[in-house]
Amino acid sequence: MIDSDPLLFIAKLTWLKLHKLDIVKDTDVIIMKNNMGKPLFHRMEFWRRVIGKYGCKHISSNGEALATACVLLYAMYEIGGSHMQNDRYELNKQLAQMLKGGVIMDVTTPEQAKIAEAAGACAVMALERIPADIRAAGGVSRMSDPKMIKGIQEAVSIPVMAKCRIGHFAEAQILQAIEIDYIDESEVLSPADDVYHIDKTKFQVPFVCGARDLGEALRRIAEGASMIRTKGEPGTGDIVQAVRHMRRMNAEIARLTSMREEELFEAAKELQVPYEQVQFVHSHGKLPVVNFAAGGVATPADAALMMQLGAEGVFVGSGIFKSGNPSKRAAAIVKAVANYQDADQLAKLSEDLGEAMVGINEQEIEVLMAERGR
Amino acid sequence: MRIGVLAVQGAFAEHIAMLQKLDAEPFEIRQKRDLEQPFDGLILPGGESTTMGKLLRELDLLEDLRMRIAQGLPVLGTCAGLILLAEKIANDAHTYFGTLPVTVQRNSYGRQLGSFSQTADIKGIGPFPLVFIRAPSIEAMGAGVEVLVEIDGKAAGVRYGNQIGVAFHPELTGNPAVHQLFLQRIEDSKI
Repeated sequence: MIDSDPLLFIAKLTWLKLHKLDIVKDTDVIIMKNNMGKPLFHRMEFWRRVIGKYGCKHISSNGEALATACVLLYAMYEIGGSHMQNDRYELNKQLAQMLKGGVIMDVTTPEQAKIAEAAGACAVMALERIPADIRAAGGVSRMSDPKMIKGIQEAVSIPVMAKCRIGHFAEAQILQAIEIDYIDESEVLSPADDVYHIDKTKFQVPFVCGARDLGEALRRIAEGASMIRTKGEPGTGDIVQAVRHMRRMNAEIARLTSMREEELFEAAKELQVPYEQVQFVHSHGKLPVVNFAAGGVATPADAALMMQLGAEGVFVGSGIFKSGNPSKRAAAIVKAVANYQDADQLAKLSEDLGEAMVGINEQEIEVLMAERGR
Repeated sequence: MRIGVLAVQGAFAEHIAMLQKLDAEPFEIRQKRDLEQPFDGLILPGGESTTMGKLLRELDLLEDLRMRIAQGLPVLGTCAGLILLAEKIANDAHTYFGTLPVTVQRNSYGRQLGSFSQTADIKGIGPFPLVFIRAPSIEAMGAGVEVLVEIDGKAAGVRYGNQIGVAFHPELTGNPAVHQLFLQRIEDSKI
């Protein structure tokens, strides 16, 4: 019932209030669902009759008129912005869909971010130290300095992601406050909570989480993750774990798909996930969100391997900026993902890339990061 | 009807699924040899325009496709696809095909927190759910560009001859009307 003219609209609302709404009891609240044009956030103290955690920031002029009317003129109205809650989750899943077929690169400085963007990265992950250095340094590793992340946001036009510790919802709140495009609740950092992951449904910004198998993936999705990635061992340049996770995930999905419907209840119990999630996988034969490969990708061939195993895109961490020629290697991995089934192209792309990052075999490492968070 | 879908990055699978539902024959364009087969229309999907633009150049697809579009190949560009078609990008020095006389602004609604969905009337279709993901906006248009849909007084979808460019993602909605409109245009242009 919104008009393009705010004054006309407020006049109509007044008329409605006077004539049509007598039947509404004083104790009732009228909830108006409308389309605000833009999402609601910030300035909660002013838009206090507006449903949604964050109030309004960018809204269309119609939305503004409605919000003003509801807040100032008629305390009995509340606005349910039509794209809150479920819509927000949909939009967040859809951003992951836009990243598909792309490469997301770890960067630690604005300069690296620009190199990644120029090489064709579809997004960058801003972090203070790349996983190989985190592993080498040891100790507790935490969310990056927001100032450093902002520097990267200003340097590039592609989406910027950042990591927070598993279970550290305060770090996630900070990342949301600086309007990060995606939060990675990541085992690469030291876990902040050894029992609970972040309740990601409480956030407006999207989350990506690591998963070694279907159970882990579906638990993270139930907690509100809108994108999943394998939990390959970060900072090792060893692809074996990412391969293991992807194969296990595929096998478990295939198993669920082939089950009879009455068997799904038991499967949900075994996987320790909600029944509805199991039902979705059973009928669709895939996860309800996009699934990327991450951890140990160091070469175009690694990226192509993961894509052929069913990854919908690839995260590359230490593999690029720990190698001899980051710019060339980054561009080669981007092209390898775009043409992952063409061995002739892959052969050309793999030529003369300089030195790959030094790898560490999983038997040689002391901390298995994939064991963090289940 | 054979439709090539640019598949170097982004949400091309969603377009392909939509076209299959409409009994068209979509195929993926990932490299030059994919252009050797005949096709009646082209879809440029959503994704990252910088990534797609770079790959179009380096995989030597850009000039070939640009020529086909200029010669009248029907094309539908969604979100990043609209950016690829645009003659000018207000906040970016690059241009790609540059065949659609519009000026677009990348990431016009800000970061992911600015993504939104809204229903609006599309010319020839009626009410349609528009999904904007870190979407561009159309800031200016040249002569002969027809506005298909507006939000907040700004064009969100345009048509110019054989080219349709929209800032939103019809492929994410489950509503095939925009794709139907595109296929219908191809049908009509054949007669």
